[in-house]
Amino acid sequence: MRTSECDIVIVGVGGQGVILISDVLGRAAVMAGKPVCGAETHGMAQRGGSVINHTRIGCRFSPMVASGGADVLVALEPGEALRFAHFLSPAGVALVNTRPILPSTVTCGMADYPSLQEILAPLKTRCCKVVALDATALAERAGNAVAMNVVMLGALARYIPLSEELTIQALSLVVPQRFLEANKKAFALGKAEVE
Amino acid sequence: MKEYLLGNAAIARGLLEAGVGVVAGYPGTPSSEIIETLVDLKNERSLHVEWSVNEKVALEVAAGASWAGMRAAATMKHVGLNVAADPFMTLAYMGVGAGLLLICADDPYCHSSQNEQDSRRYAQFAGIPCLDPKNPMEAKEMAAFAFEFSEKFNIPVMLRPTTRISHARADVEIGPEKSPLEKHQFIKNPARRVALPIHARPLHSQLLAKQAAMEEALESAPWNSLALHGNVGIIASGIAGLYAKEAIFELDEDLSLLCIGAYPLPKKKISDMLEHVSRVMVIEELEPVVEEQVQMLARIVNPNVEILGKAGFIPREGELDFLLVRNAIARMLGKAERGALHSPALSILPPRPPSLCAGCSHRATYYAMRKVFGKNAIYPSDIGCYTMAVGMGTVDTCLCMGASITLASGIRFGGETESICCSLGDSTFLHGGMTGLLNAAYNKARITVTILDNSTTAMTGHQPHPGTGMTATGEATSAVSIEALAKALGAGLVETVDPYHLDETLESFQRAKEYPGLSVIIARQPCVIKARRGGARPQFFLVGEECKGCKICLDFGCPAIEFEKDKARINALCSGCGVCAAICPAFVIREVAR
Repeated sequence: MRTSECDIVIVGVGGQGVILISDVLGRAAVMAGKPVCGAETHGMAQRGGSVINHTRIGCRFSPMVASGGADVLVALEPGEALRFAHFLSPAGVALVNTRPILPSTVTCGMADYPSLQEILAPLKTRCCKVVALDATALAERAGNAVAMNVVMLGALARYIPLSEELTIQALSLVVPQRFLEANKKAFALGKAEVE
Repeated sequence: MKEYLLGNAAIARGLLEAGVGVVAGYPGTPSSEIIETLVDLKNERSLHVEWSVNEKVALEVAAGASWAGMRAAATMKHVGLNVAADPFMTLAYMGVGAGLLLICADDPYCHSSQNEQDSRRYAQFAGIPCLDPKNPMEAKEMAAFAFEFSEKFNIPVMLRPTTRISHARADVEIGPEKSPLEKHQFIKNPARRVALPIHARPLHSQLLAKQAAMEEALESAPWNSLALHGNVGIIASGIAGLYAKEAIFELDEDLSLLCIGAYPLPKKKISDMLEHVSRVMVIEELEPVVEEQVQMLARIVNPNVEILGKAGFIPREGELDFLLVRNAIARMLGKAERGALHSPALSILPPRPPSLCAGCSHRATYYAMRKVFGKNAIYPSDIGCYTMAVGMGTVDTCLCMGASITLASGIRFGGETESICCSLGDSTFLHGGMTGLLNAAYNKARITVTILDNSTTAMTGHQPHPGTGMTATGEATSAVSIEALAKALGAGLVETVDPYHLDETLESFQRAKEYPGLSVIIARQPCVIKARRGGARPQFFLVGEECKGCKICLDFGCPAIEFEKDKARINALCSGCGVCAAICPAFVIREVAR
């Protein structure tokens, strides 16, 4: 029996805005009157480490998504998609920003960063659909590269049981007013990628 | 009205809704956001909120406020309670004025801690009631409830969220706030406030006598909930109750369930469960606090009941999760377990370890320290960002807050003849290092103490401390001089360096190494994250075409230095500290004009 309406795992690297996506989803779920819970890792976010957030919409149980339970994996960085692929449900969807952030182990020549193909191929064996998009480029087109996370939120919007109207309303509570237009544009560009 | 709140923010709301007047704490993951939320919400509220020098201080300040008739709370992480254990144990005897709440956030799995001790044991040890929430909403309700309970039974109460409560988010119902009472005074009562032996003995008897009444009162607390169904049962505490509920729902089984959220344990509800079932599983994170009590009660109530738990089903270390609990229950029922999946092709992924930031002054200080003291020297270290420099060879120990100096002294007295250079941060020094420095001076330890002064408590999110000249709420206050402190405590040589100036730092370390007594080097440079937020604009550095690819700069380990096609390169992370330019043997790293 399902214990949650929609389970989402959002991953990335410290500073990419993982928490903002969860915050928007949570606020939108509250507006929709749905129970919602989530969990996140703190502490290492500013120091180049991996960041993971769990968000469960329509759920009154554990704040963490179980291994093999995520309906959607949202990866703000391609390598991190693979690192946390074990959360994906076989029926799930992976949304992957294709722009890598090289870890220090790669930039100093101790390790290699795999090609996008090497990352996406095993990911495709784990879920029913992988959507790869250059969200960073789309955010730049929307006028603010930092809004990459909002491009990914736009792509995610199609897969969640929350209306676009509420999601945008929640977004406008979370981002500064002067960046709202660029963020709305980023959202629309992300959404268009999965339509 | 509901809001989507972080667990710690929910706890902060609970404090305000209970009319708390004083909150004191020391930062520590996962507890820090409670005070940070209160600082953000303070505005015009008549609330004293402070970052204290350490957890012992925080608990004593909160106790004093309580004795003055103001509802008060102290916040800390689990290991902070070790520091505060002295007042904690005796406050249980002495009781409260207005309600007193100790919020102690545990960290099963050591997400960001040096151990995973279970604070429920401390509460049991002290005879203090403990509230163990399973989600942010409960944590908020418990924070408010705790004050009334504390006042009713004249005892401090512990609220014990874990990382998965403090750093969970959920829709939380927000209620109206209460204002703290207007008039307060300390009422003199030596028999309760002066812990002389003649007073302590009867207070101890009173503490023991109130246990039964507290237990009785908590039997009916909403967080101790019993639902009797089938003749197989689950007793689960804190967040394990949530995992158990999810597992029972998913497995679609008719199990009896007792969720426990308040201690002393509800013996009547446990007995009802034991009489009803033939087999019961106790599910709790870390220590078998509930399981031991269940075993004892079963001997009286139903010796035939089969009790499962830590032996073979539920691990005593690490944190639990839904799948682990689900599988333990499935195994008990003879149902199929569901294996945890592993990510495919993980071996092709480069590791992404957290590291010191580009331009972090700790890296520069450690580089100079290592160059002067060499590989045979002993480097006791401490708790902070700098512990991440363990790969640089200058972090030989990390035990607890401030232990670098005392371990260094002991290593010297234990017979070590190599140079000993220990290091700790500014906030750590003020928290628990000062007494160690005083002891080292008094007992003539020949060591060098390096204070890595980045003028903030960086690791936990840049909280101010007594060296910063600013209070938790941003008011200007006196700023202690670490130099003057070190001299007053008895250090013979005290020098301050800017670690970005490599030559002067090397010279200072050299003098410290040769000094025939206790030397202190204060390496001062603001945290780069804080400097950037404060608007500092970096200078730009470039690697010249003449780079020979010797990789000496790469070994420095700064994330801003990359290696590409046999040459070093400086990337956009560069904060412009310029230390790599001083390290480059070919002098090809140069500052460029903006």
